[in-house]
Amino acid sequence: MFDMLGISSQALFGQLLIGLINGSFYALLSLGLAVIFGMLNIINFTHGAQYMLGAFAAYFLLEYAGLGYWWALIIAPLAVGVTGIIIERLFLQWLYKLDHLYGLLLTFGLALMIEGTFRNFFGSSGLPYSVPPELTGGRNLGFMFLPNYRGWVVVFSLAVCLTTWFVIERTKLGAYLRAATENPTLVRAFGINVPRMITLTYGFGVALAALAGVMAAPIYSVSPQMGSNLIIVVFAVVVIGGMGSIMGAIITGFGLGVIEGLTKVFFPEASNTVVFIVMAIVLLIRPAGLFGRGA
Amino acid sequence: MQRVVDQNATDTARSRSELIAFIIMTVALVFAQAVVYPLFLMKALCFALFACAFNLLIGYVGLLSFGHALFFGWASYVCAHAAKVWGFSPELAILSGTAAAAGLGLIVGALAIRRQGIYFAMITLALAQMMFFFAVQAPFTHGEDGIQAVPRGRLFGFLNLGEQTIMYFTVLAIFLACFVLIYRIINSPFGEVLKAIRENEPRAISLGYKTDRYKLVAFVLSATFAGVAGATKALVFQLASLTDVDWPMSGEVILMTLVGGLGTLFGPVVGAFFMVTMENYLTTIGQWVFVVQGAIFVVCVLLFRRGIIGELARLLRIKL
Repeated sequence: MFDMLGISSQALFGQLLIGLINGSFYALLSLGLAVIFGMLNIINFTHGAQYMLGAFAAYFLLEYAGLGYWWALIIAPLAVGVTGIIIERLFLQWLYKLDHLYGLLLTFGLALMIEGTFRNFFGSSGLPYSVPPELTGGRNLGFMFLPNYRGWVVVFSLAVCLTTWFVIERTKLGAYLRAATENPTLVRAFGINVPRMITLTYGFGVALAALAGVMAAPIYSVSPQMGSNLIIVVFAVVVIGGMGSIMGAIITGFGLGVIEGLTKVFFPEASNTVVFIVMAIVLLIRPAGLFGRGA
Repeated sequence: MQRVVDQNATDTARSRSELIAFIIMTVALVFAQAVVYPLFLMKALCFALFACAFNLLIGYVGLLSFGHALFFGWASYVCAHAAKVWGFSPELAILSGTAAAAGLGLIVGALAIRRQGIYFAMITLALAQMMFFFAVQAPFTHGEDGIQAVPRGRLFGFLNLGEQTIMYFTVLAIFLACFVLIYRIINSPFGEVLKAIRENEPRAISLGYKTDRYKLVAFVLSATFAGVAGATKALVFQLASLTDVDWPMSGEVILMTLVGGLGTLFGPVVGAFFMVTMENYLTTIGQWVFVVQGAIFVVCVLLFRRGIIGELARLLRIKL
């Protein structure tokens, strides 16, 4: 059937898989952005740099501490999350009363600093990070060959996204979070430490980015600018989905990854730009975004 | 009645301080080329105009565009292509670059003003990135090489721009003309409506202003002036390259304006000269330039939100 279109099923499903993997990263990153924006009213431009930090943390753990992928999956998000908490305490907490734009500018500056420093020490070329031995190889599904590691990335990030959704939408902790997003003063009056919640939320959002970075390390090589181009695409994803809904961020992330993958098969010239074109179309038809609540 | 008269008096005093500052700036720039390397001055002037164009949007309408490199870079591509391949005269080449920027400004502006605040910044950044990828792929931009060896030509057929002094005074004239034009726009009734939108958009709407149209016109104007700057830069350096369309350029113009002072008349000019001078001295430190830029962003946002000119104006209690 696929041969009729002049495309082998191997190529089509291979690109679809890559699309799903990119989609997992889009989903994890836009989820983090949405959670942070909900609590802090700040668009975290440092997100791409923090994704890169996650990948580098995995690399350092292997290189200098001999700790492999599975340890990195736990330690790297925690470590980068802690740096996020420090950033929030040192810088971001002074900006909550100002215009949103200052938060964007400050985090942009931080991203420049982090990425500049890493480029200085590691150049622009990527560092290799190998797939963990448990997940090497792959399986033949009949219509395509599925590398085990790639399958793992899609399944695991989907699980992380859904868990996050569950915690925020269905648990008591999530209820506090949502309440504090709506009306922080009132929630404080009930005796809940909102400032600490804000700090931890930022740490959590940053940890999600770092987790995505660790997962990306064996697929794309670890390089200082791996986050800067990704974050712009993720911004477009956020504009398309709107930041009002957690599930919306997840669906939009995976969906756009798949659209991008399909574009690579049928019209490769546009694969870099298709997400932006979708954004422009969504702005024309539904200015508030697919899952947005108002502008 | 007395208060109205007082208000008028302070207004005149204020515009007098602006006039004096303008004269000082003009005189300094006319004589600077005798002591400072002209190419450096021309670069700073192009960026100063770029920053003034950007400031028109952030400072007077309150819209943060994170994609102004799009207009700057594409105007420089179109100008370079027109001058080199089509053999346009310099004034026509700059005009075509500017027209391209205005057209792109209309499209991007119409899309971006559909959302507010933080989304506006993200949309402009995303669309600029899209056009960056077009610039990478389009054959006429020559990818990584850029358009090189752009002829400067003869302005109006008789002024040889190959001579550095003539080129310098042409750039200076373009800069001053645009600066005065931007000043007129800001202080026109149209500019007053823009400031009203910046302060309180719902109220401006309730007064009957179609704020979306005002925002769109302001966006197109800002893109157009950014285009003049980009096109001029292409002639000055005889080069149009990917650096000018890439997102760090959008960040740089924000930083220039922020350092000089958002919403001040002279701030972007001072900020541009400050940043260009700094980068000139820091070329030897390689990637650390980005770290320094980032640090300046952080310091400005946390401690120095008024910028150089904003602080100066506050200290001297004048308008600049």
